[in-house]
Amino acid sequence: MLDDDQTHIEVNQEIVKATGCGTAIAACCAARVYTEEPDGSLSVEYAACLECGTCLAVAAPGALKWHYPRGGFGIQFREG
Amino acid sequence: MTALEVSNKAEPDFDVIIVGAGIAGCIAAYQLAQQGRSVLLIERGEAPGSKNLSGGVLYCRGMQEVFPDFLDSAPVERRVTRNYINFLNAESSIGIDYKDTRLADPVNAVTVLRAKLDPWLAGKCEEAGVFLMSGVRVDRVLTENGATGKRVVGVKAGDDELRAHVVVAADGVNSFIAQEVGLRAKQPLNHLATGVKCVVNLPAETIEARFGVTGDEGAAFAVVGDCTEGVGGGGFMYTNTNSISVGVVLRLDDLTAKRKVATDVFDHFLTHPFIAPYLEGGEVIEYGCHMVAEGGLGMLGEIDMDGMVVVGDAAGLTLNTGLTVRGMDLAVASGVAAAVGIGASLERKDFSKAGLAGYRETLFASPEGKDMKTYAKAPAFLEVERMYKDYGELIANVLYGAFNLDTKPREHLAKVAIRAFKKSPVKVRHLISDGIAGVRAL
Ligand SMILES: Cc1cc2nc3c(=O)[nH]c(=O)nc-3n(C[C@H](O)[C@H](O)[C@H](O)COP(=O)(O)OP(=O)(O)OC[C@H]3O[C@@H](n4cnc5c(N)ncnc54)[C@H](O)[C@@H]3O)c2cc1C
Ligand code: SF4
Repeated sequence: MLDDDQTHIEVNQEIVKATGCGTAIAACCAARVYTEEPDGSLSVEYAACLECGTCLAVAAPGALKWHYPRGGFGIQFREG
Repeated sequence: MTALEVSNKAEPDFDVIIVGAGIAGCIAAYQLAQQGRSVLLIERGEAPGSKNLSGGVLYCRGMQEVFPDFLDSAPVERRVTRNYINFLNAESSIGIDYKDTRLADPVNAVTVLRAKLDPWLAGKCEEAGVFLMSGVRVDRVLTENGATGKRVVGVKAGDDELRAHVVVAADGVNSFIAQEVGLRAKQPLNHLATGVKCVVNLPAETIEARFGVTGDEGAAFAVVGDCTEGVGGGGFMYTNTNSISVGVVLRLDDLTAKRKVATDVFDHFLTHPFIAPYLEGGEVIEYGCHMVAEGGLGMLGEIDMDGMVVVGDAAGLTLNTGLTVRGMDLAVASGVAAAVGIGASLERKDFSKAGLAGYRETLFASPEGKDMKTYAKAPAFLEVERMYKDYGELIANVLYGAFNLDTKPREHLAKVAIRAFKKSPVKVRHLISDGIAGVRAL
């Protein structure tokens, strides 16, 4: 279920651009949530997120604010 | 004092609050309820299991000790009797096919799908008297300043503050709870991998014919080499009753260093000429990803503090030996051990780190805990680059020399091997050092 009111991913574009970590963030995400723009910033399609946490692990410190969506929202696996 | 460092010493709402109704959390909850404790189990997913994803081979002996009727009443898919280890190259594939009827009696491993298994486990918990709260995300733990420093006294979820004698962090590989209280540091990238997986629907008969199994038997394929385009990690293909779980596990340090795109590697694996025929005609019914803890013993953080213990993936309790990925059985073992340790601490009314020490002792006395120590060197061994490319190609070239009867007269295999070896980037010293390291690590 999509949480329309709250995104659970926030990008600090300054840090992303300064560290150049946008490429790694976009590449590691199996849900293709991130697109790296020509200026080095990241655009985010948070609704597609599968909540694995990989992007946060790969990001430079401070580049992403990422937390789980509110209880009951987000991805629902039927198989797992 | 911050708002969260609550000072009033109200009687706790529960003996134990468990964050996360995955395998580790459910097992701890069930065992504690069996002891007659009051247990609250909080899960952020709408239903238990809805956030969880695993490759799917559960080494099930520990589970059967908790639930003697596990194999007959739990939603297990197939009983694994065939293990296939595959070195995959771009144009060749070399396999070790291990089939053994002894693996079926007694059953050693089964395939599972977590969105089906976890609700069953949570149901067992509820039957045993656990209070289950689903669709609720724990935001942080409540702490108080005790005599020996910070101690955990409960959790905060939205506007609710709930208190317990002991909190169990069973919140999985990202464990924000353990990180928040400083039990776990941010992990280096070589300790983490991203798992990308899909479930492909196929009729049972087709699966049985393709994978060479019958009835409720199943196969587990572990693949290294070109399946990950050389990125440290591997691929897997596990049979369920009416579907196949197939995916890759990619170590994050190597994925980023090699500048590979995770979805490209996944597509490459599924369309690989040696993999695609197994999946042909099937329909992808689910696609997902989840992180895997890969650090082994070196990743295991602090697992106890005043008022709290950490279990399962949240503690970094996984074992990748290259041939088997194990996390679910360790989740079971740590859930069981936590219930023992917490039970003793409730008995003595000592919820301090020292009072909870029974958890650590029980865990490391268990077969699973001992395995963590036995395989302590496995992660470093598996970081050896040659494992993912050169060895597979070397063996293939030797075999090619033997099987490719190209009208030229044959040479002795030893000569073919030496020539293949000379062409390969693998050197004698590598063979020796990797061989010794492998024997020591595995
Ligand atoms: C691709 C892949 C393949 C794998 N293959 C295998 C395999 O073949 N065999 C094997 O044994 N292991 C395998 N593993 C590892 C195995 O899946 C894990 O070790 C196991 O799931 C750990 O169980 P757990 O209960 O500790 O954590 P989880 O199963 O992750 O459970 C954590 C629970 O906590 C909940 N939660 C998290 N945060 C909160 C919060 N703040 N509030 C409330 N609830 C919260 C989550 O929703 C979840 O239900 C694999 C893993 C992956 C990703
Ligand atoms: S959590 Fe996983 S799926 Fe979600 S954006 Fe990050 S990498 Fe992508």
